[in-house]
Amino acid sequence: MADKVTLAKALNMALRKVLEDDPKTLLMGEDIGKLGGVFRVTDGLQKDFGEHRVVDTPLAESGIIGTAVGLAIRGFRPIAEIQFDGFVYPAFDQIVSQLAKMRARSGGRVPMPVVVRIPFGGGIGAVEHHSESPEAYFAHTAGLRVVSPSNPVDAYWMLQQAVQSNDPVIFFEPKRRYWDKAELDVTATPGPLFESRVVRPGQHCTLAAYGPMVKTCLEAATAAAEDGTEIEVIDLRTISPLDVDTLCASVERTGRLVVVHEASVFLGVGAEVAARVTERCFYSLESPVIRVGGYHTPYPPSRVEEEYLPDLDRVLDGVDRALAY
Amino acid sequence: MTDVVSHVPPSAGQELVQLLTPEGLRVHRDDYDVDLSDEELRGLYRDLALARRLDVEAVALQRQGELGLWPSLLGQEAAQVGSGRAMAADDYAFPTYREHGVALTRDVDPLKLLAFYRGVTNGGWDPNEKNFAIYTIVIGNQCLHAVGYAMGVNFDHARSGEADESQAVIAYFGDGASSQGDVNEAFIWASVFNAPVVFFCQNNQWAISEPLEKQTKIPLYQRAQGFGFPGLRVDGNDVLAVLAVTKAALRRARQGAGPMLIEAYTYRMGAHTTSDDPTRYRLASELEHWKLKDPIERVRSYLFRNEKADQAFFDAIEAEAEQMAVRLRAECRALPDPDPTSIFDHVYAEQHALVDEERASMAAYLDSFVGASH
Repeated sequence: MADKVTLAKALNMALRKVLEDDPKTLLMGEDIGKLGGVFRVTDGLQKDFGEHRVVDTPLAESGIIGTAVGLAIRGFRPIAEIQFDGFVYPAFDQIVSQLAKMRARSGGRVPMPVVVRIPFGGGIGAVEHHSESPEAYFAHTAGLRVVSPSNPVDAYWMLQQAVQSNDPVIFFEPKRRYWDKAELDVTATPGPLFESRVVRPGQHCTLAAYGPMVKTCLEAATAAAEDGTEIEVIDLRTISPLDVDTLCASVERTGRLVVVHEASVFLGVGAEVAARVTERCFYSLESPVIRVGGYHTPYPPSRVEEEYLPDLDRVLDGVDRALAY
Repeated sequence: MTDVVSHVPPSAGQELVQLLTPEGLRVHRDDYDVDLSDEELRGLYRDLALARRLDVEAVALQRQGELGLWPSLLGQEAAQVGSGRAMAADDYAFPTYREHGVALTRDVDPLKLLAFYRGVTNGGWDPNEKNFAIYTIVIGNQCLHAVGYAMGVNFDHARSGEADESQAVIAYFGDGASSQGDVNEAFIWASVFNAPVVFFCQNNQWAISEPLEKQTKIPLYQRAQGFGFPGLRVDGNDVLAVLAVTKAALRRARQGAGPMLIEAYTYRMGAHTTSDDPTRYRLASELEHWKLKDPIERVRSYLFRNEKADQAFFDAIEAEAEQMAVRLRAECRALPDPDPTSIFDHVYAEQHALVDEERASMAAYLDSFVGASH
């Protein structure tokens, strides 16, 4: 029987594995050494791999990414940690102007096998700037790949696959799910990184989500089943590239699609999903694609975040709106 | 219209390492000096002359519509040639977008520089073949790349257990960039990680229209002290002094003594780029003042006066420069525009469905015009 591990522990195991397997990998970030990261994702790694492979950095996010770019030019495979979603913006310039474009600008001569790990999303009662969902900014940028695991098993495999990718990968970790547990069989063979997955079959409506909202959608599907509504749930896993094939195959069965994310709806990932699905399988749709997500406000103070974030009821409200057509 | 005032840089009276005066007189120092053969001296003159001729040709090509833009290096030839020639073959340079003279010393075909500014590529050369990164337009970004690369040198040493001298890295930037967060972060990181990097600031007095006073209250080289490493100011128009101090700084970095800041005090004699009009913000008298400190004339004067080169040598260099310019002009004008669908080629290393789809879509759209008389 496989052991049960938390999502944070699964990430820790994945990082240990890549550090063992590839001498060119190294971790860099704030407080990732002795402290083991504020979420303990890098716990114990500096002790075992040393300060040159698990590098505590100055508090400068642009510096983290900018030096990771330089290390990658030298042939390293840096895995950078941004401590919280809301702190990635000082690094935005280096990510968008350099990390994303270096390969293309160099005519393919300089690959950028860099992973940027970012704990993201709300629901943990945090102070401001610690609960944001900035994934659309990065997915909008050509040259980057953007993924987000929803569970410990995916976290373990997807992080290793992201490190193996020769493209820069922005790896969004669902921080409120860090302590979720699942059985992890490290001898299994993972599926491809850049594919979405149907995690619950259903025939009446499709729910698509990624990261922290997958669990919420699965709970919504369970609740809906009690009322006789069979919801199919897709864990997108990858945001860029978007796996439109899996989405359309599902919509061709169900005729309805609701996209859920914590990020604000306006120009969010759901907007792109809606546009793609509408273009590709318009005649299969029985209703418009419905988006459920955050509002067009700054992330609110934590005492009202429950009203801001999609929960089971808001997801089902979205499903009801789709089914009303 | 705002007043155009003559500006007195916050530099006056500061110590300047100089080995060749503007009049071409050789000065010797105990701390920094060079001992070059006549042939090496002539080689530096040749580098300087070729860099200037390249620049003249590029400006002309831009004026004739063959380049989209050109940032002139006029006046900064010594800073670039001196620092470029200070590098060992294994050293690695991270340039801005104006380092044409450095590029020549790294054996980058100047046609590649023209291709970049013609708009046929956003890169153009293999950085790891020349140990010369591709040009960086975003001000200051490259300083962090240089530090990361230099940290990698240290990490590789830590892993291999070798303590031998190996590579040093040089990061180019300007007085304007010294205000950027990335440059200041680069200073901090280099200091904390004891990275083998030399920060080479070409203080050309102007960041487009903004004089040095808009960037700093103290001489730039003095900033290094606050970051925990040495800084010095060198006469950026003196190729010998630049060569001497940069060699020393690179050697020091290779030996594990960490970063150093060199402020090459120079002057941008031309416009910021071909899109700029410096007459709106600075006086012609300032340019006249700096013309007396020309980086090439002093070498010529020194070589000639000391009979290290004769008129035949200078004539031969001029002919060679002219030949280069003629070749570059012809080859630049013959550069083909890229195939439109090639923009998709290197966005990702691995297959990406959206890119594949859009490439096919563009190709199909373009093909729809084939044979059409529209």
